[in-house]
Amino acid sequence: MTQYIIRRLLQAIPLLFIISLILFILMRNTGDPLATMGGRRLTRPEDRERLARQFGLDKPIYVQYLYWLIGNDWTKIDMDGDGIPETPGTRKGVLRGEFGTSLVIRGKPVSTLIWERLPNTLLLMITTEVVIIIFSIIIGVYSALRQYSVIDHLVTTVSFVGYSMPIFFIALASMYLFAVNFKKWGLPYLPTVGMFDPQIGKTPAQVALHMVLPVFSMALISIAGYSRFVRATMLEVMNEDYIRTARAKGLPNFTILFIHALKNASLPLVTIIGLDIPMLLGGAIVTERIFAWPGMGRLFLDHVSRADTPVVMGILMLISVAVIVFQLITDIVYAWLDPRIRYT
Amino acid sequence: METPVESMSVNGLDALEIPTLSPRALIWRRFRRHKMAMAGICILVFLVLYSVVGAFFVSESYANYTDTSKRLQPPSAEHPFGTDTVGRDILARTIYGGQISLLIGLFAVLVETVVGVLIGAIAGYYGGPIDSILMRFTEAMFNIPQLFLLLVMAKFFGGKIPTIQLFGRTFSGSVIVIILILGLTSWMYLARIVRADFLSLKEREFILAARTIGTSNLAIIFQHILPNSMAPIIVSATLGVANAILSEAYISFLGLGVRPPTATWGNMLDGAYNYIETAPWLWIFPGSLIVLTVLSINFVGDGLRDALDPRTLTQ
Repeated sequence: MTQYIIRRLLQAIPLLFIISLILFILMRNTGDPLATMGGRRLTRPEDRERLARQFGLDKPIYVQYLYWLIGNDWTKIDMDGDGIPETPGTRKGVLRGEFGTSLVIRGKPVSTLIWERLPNTLLLMITTEVVIIIFSIIIGVYSALRQYSVIDHLVTTVSFVGYSMPIFFIALASMYLFAVNFKKWGLPYLPTVGMFDPQIGKTPAQVALHMVLPVFSMALISIAGYSRFVRATMLEVMNEDYIRTARAKGLPNFTILFIHALKNASLPLVTIIGLDIPMLLGGAIVTERIFAWPGMGRLFLDHVSRADTPVVMGILMLISVAVIVFQLITDIVYAWLDPRIRYT
Repeated sequence: METPVESMSVNGLDALEIPTLSPRALIWRRFRRHKMAMAGICILVFLVLYSVVGAFFVSESYANYTDTSKRLQPPSAEHPFGTDTVGRDILARTIYGGQISLLIGLFAVLVETVVGVLIGAIAGYYGGPIDSILMRFTEAMFNIPQLFLLLVMAKFFGGKIPTIQLFGRTFSGSVIVIILILGLTSWMYLARIVRADFLSLKEREFILAARTIGTSNLAIIFQHILPNSMAPIIVSATLGVANAILSEAYISFLGLGVRPPTATWGNMLDGAYNYIETAPWLWIFPGSLIVLTVLSINFVGDGLRDALDPRTLTQ
């Protein structure tokens, strides 16, 4: 097992290298980060030249990639534009844990920018994932036990609709119903945008209240797909011989369902969850935009539109690492749940 | 695909009485039984008619005609779906937007299928170093969440493709950009399926036979192996159309999709959330059309999956 983990981690290195290369080439061709530098005025030509030298944007793209990867403190760069490199570089590069500084927010380290936003995104994502798992297991198990009942058919239909629903449609519809109309009808209504009411401040209760709609919208779509999945695997498992044995020896129904059946039925679910968590991070872009949630998705949107390579690369590499780590965790959990699986 | 033999195997008489159905007829018969899939087909036909026939009643210039004195009007007899933020008629825009959205869905899947099948077929058939290089690349693309990759690619290609004239209509270059990037960010799954199919099929006897009589590699790939792995390709392509329409809506919603004045169901939603309290008709109509399209395509895909599954071929 340890050997397997080490080998998988070693395989991840070339993978991350290819990903970073693809993204870097794409990003460096998406526009001019120096056009306005995030302000309103156009950058003056002489400033432009100086800034391009400072950020190394005048160099060929492979040199830029090299600087991004391993830094430039081993070489000298030309700061005054006379063609002679004289100032030693200061960047350390990603391999030594430095993601560089933002091009549009002057001098702000990428890691600081990401660290400011990451907790917000994680809060939203982890809550959503927990809600999804709890509800899809409840709904899935219930409709497996009452196969072909009215509720089972209803769940099937609703889950198909939910699966086809773009997140923004659910988000807008739920905003319209629970915020706009509830307010109109004089009912207690939910807040729509932001993380907290600035007049009250960032109290846990406020944040929780502001999380209801985004979590609801994201969870609804995934619960639809997941509960179908739980239902299918539960139906399969419930027909196994060992379940009949468990019944025959008089175990309580609850134990059979949630200890014997669910553990095996959750196997494929683990895979789906492991593969879907990065999708959830992706879905967060739209959700965070609609609900004005100050997370990584919005950070990404703001900086991708201004061609801010270091920040965008930082976010994307973080997500890629997360994807790879989650795949590995999925495999390990899988082996733990199903002792028949042996990795060599 | 194998012809059903069960009806013949009982005895000779039965074989004479029951006409043997061709595989295609069998698939169609099984597909017809799938009620949801048939409903999906009907809705799809209706939606295509809506956006094609509708164009005979309203002109594209009307769909793009702005009248700021009539902005954000609620649905009325004159504007059944209301007007948008610059006073354009939303009904007319959903008709023309539908054409573009459906076109984007179809052509993006075409790009996706061509790239996915080519990469999967080459990797699976040739194996060895070609396979490992292509699969590392596929894996790398797979590891970047699609929406992020789409946004970066949308920026990368943005403005690089000029506007073109086709069938007397102007297609903004951004339509082609969207088709390209949607195709280029979604082929990985298909490539994996096709590769797996090729890996097992290339070891079969009929391929060995084809090779012995000197059939070229290209002919083996496209004439002998590919037809045998059509079923998963068709299902994946069908579901791909739904995905492409959804993805188009996502990037247009984020303002990086098709540029106005060209309407798509997706970019009609851009900025609609600013008017959530005052003008819900901005997002209800195009949004519902997207949901309806995606839902019915998913039903059709589900029906096709059941109908094409060789394990249920004799039913």
